[in-house]
Amino acid sequence: MSKETNNKITDKQNKGPVKKEKVSISRRDILKGLATIPVFGPFLYALLKKKFSDDFKKREILAELGISEKAPAVLPKTILKKSKELIRLGIIGFGGRGEALMHAAGFAHPDWIERKKKDARENKLDKTLEAFLSQEDLNVVLNGVCDVFDVRAERGIAASKNDIRPDGGSGLLKGAKRYRHYQDMLQSDDIDAVIIATPDHWHTQMTIDAVKAGKHVYCEKCMTRTVDEAFKIAAAVKKSGMVFQLGHQGRQQESYIKAKQIAKKNILGKITLVETTTNRNSPGGAWVYEIHEEGSPETIDWKQFQGPAPNRVPFSLERFFRWRCWFDYGTGLCGDLLSHEYDAVNQILELGIPKSAVASGGIYFFQDGRDVPDVFQAVFEYPDRDLTLVYSATLASGRHRGKIFMGHDASMEVGYSLTVTADWESTRYKEKIINRIINTSLPLFTYQPGLKGIDTVTSATEKYFATRGLMYTLRGGRPVDVTHLHVKEWLDCIRNGGQPSCNIDRGFEEAITCHMATISYLERRKVEWDLVNKQII
Amino acid sequence: MQKKIKNNHARGPNYTTAQLTTLVVLRILIGWHILYEGIVKVLNPYWSSAGYLLESKGIFSGLATSIVASPTALRIVDFLNMWGLIAIGLGLIAGCLTRVASISGIVLLFLYYAFNPSFIGYTYSTPVEGSYLIVNKNLIEICALFVLMLFPTGTIIGLDRLIFIKKKPKKRILKILLGLEEFK
Repeated sequence: MSKETNNKITDKQNKGPVKKEKVSISRRDILKGLATIPVFGPFLYALLKKKFSDDFKKREILAELGISEKAPAVLPKTILKKSKELIRLGIIGFGGRGEALMHAAGFAHPDWIERKKKDARENKLDKTLEAFLSQEDLNVVLNGVCDVFDVRAERGIAASKNDIRPDGGSGLLKGAKRYRHYQDMLQSDDIDAVIIATPDHWHTQMTIDAVKAGKHVYCEKCMTRTVDEAFKIAAAVKKSGMVFQLGHQGRQQESYIKAKQIAKKNILGKITLVETTTNRNSPGGAWVYEIHEEGSPETIDWKQFQGPAPNRVPFSLERFFRWRCWFDYGTGLCGDLLSHEYDAVNQILELGIPKSAVASGGIYFFQDGRDVPDVFQAVFEYPDRDLTLVYSATLASGRHRGKIFMGHDASMEVGYSLTVTADWESTRYKEKIINRIINTSLPLFTYQPGLKGIDTVTSATEKYFATRGLMYTLRGGRPVDVTHLHVKEWLDCIRNGGQPSCNIDRGFEEAITCHMATISYLERRKVEWDLVNKQII
Repeated sequence: MQKKIKNNHARGPNYTTAQLTTLVVLRILIGWHILYEGIVKVLNPYWSSAGYLLESKGIFSGLATSIVASPTALRIVDFLNMWGLIAIGLGLIAGCLTRVASISGIVLLFLYYAFNPSFIGYTYSTPVEGSYLIVNKNLIEICALFVLMLFPTGTIIGLDRLIFIKKKPKKRILKILLGLEEFK
């Protein structure tokens, strides 16, 4: 063999006429050529053994739980018809949230479009504009804008005319009319439904007047500022028969829908404690919003802004632009962020109004003249459900703490994704834990929408909302703005009948629960809900 | 010693039995590791390189972001990554196109290293199971593949022995690539 090879090399080196030599394949060649192939034997054996064992565990667990890892089927609230019927919207309050709601409805200010174009150029992962433009066209027009600040009213009008929008732009948008007072807008014939995104102290009066005028209402949370208002608004909305949706867009979050299924299937065992939290750590997160340079007594209708607020104070730019910092216009953490957390838990567990509430806190970090606390804890008791709901918040630490449902058999953390972990002392899973089918140091069940999805989140506050499931969700594998889905659900109900997911009953529960915490904090006592007489005592 | 080399009826470089055994075992171990890395990714329907790429630090982080931002590019990268690993793993174990597999492995591992280098000041949120100061397992595996590239064994123990026994490419570059001729 080596001779042959040597000959060949010599021939080549001599560069003489090469006579093709026959090289035969010997037994030794075959043996040596295939020598490493048997390695695939143990490899395949180990691979299959591992795969079978993993699959077996997974099947066993899923069979025990009776749930799939797939996305939940989201059933529309109404029978879907093509939205042929045009709905003419009016918006009251075109501040930050008002603009976001209009994006959800399909209208954006040209400046915003330009900014998002720039963002997309600078950060290829920023798909906000792409998501906006590929949103479903809801077949609505924005006919009226009401804002007490001239700059914002003008922005609203510009957005209503902007053709860069989800339907590709028809060139037919005539633009909204500006109303200086919302009452004038409610009298208008070319408005079918209104979106209320004002400070909380205006919600009740505006909603009552709107439904009385025959307009459907989408109202931002917190539904009301006081307990009395909650009763008044509920009575008025129910009497009117108009479609009311409260702005808890988390109702559309896929992971929350999945969490509800898990709770219903009793996968967690008896749930005795639910812990929800807010952690933010920036001035924006503590409502220290930018004061617009054009804000002045000339451009802001201060008298109208104050409206039903309990205390009259001289013109204040801080109070106008950072209204969440004062109890005159809202309820601080309760109305802004506890309300979202409570509604998520209420959606998942259908808790309703608690039997009692105790709250405490203080102004510990942002000592800037505000009167609402920036550190706040509330404990709600549900003795008929053998359950306590704890809310814990600080606006001066960004540490992540999840929304956690603690059961005897397992615990569940819910945000944009969802994780269920078995408890090592569980009764139900005891056998499977002993048999090592369930490993309590690993999640028992994970639901992660959009694992191949793209992060469209940028600012710290946006990140907070996104991790809490309040920005984007998935529908058919595509990221969609949850607020868009929430507005769409409201419009679908207006067109086709039915009740939206965060209707007046859910809103009443939200308002009363939040106000129980506020009253407890302000009066430094435990408050109870008198179920019979329907009052807080 | 001299005798031993002579007695080794190899169709490639002359190694002692101990040298040859060590090199082949190294080849099989690296092949096993790379093959399983590929198979795990294929078997997991949720796997994507997006998370790894988004963690990217250093000079390649911009490129990594561009890849993740484009669903098509990400799909291509995912595909090449999964099947590339499997092909390299199979090649190394079976000794099939061994030098091509070694070079491809070096390129792929170098990309992993370059996208997430363990340089001082770079921290990653993806947990790693060891402690690394500049040198990490990717870098070591790259060097091991360099050894396999420079000390080929496929034509002695491996399918390359059978593949190239009769037909050998004429071009020198191809010969070098296929491990039939040495780097000089």
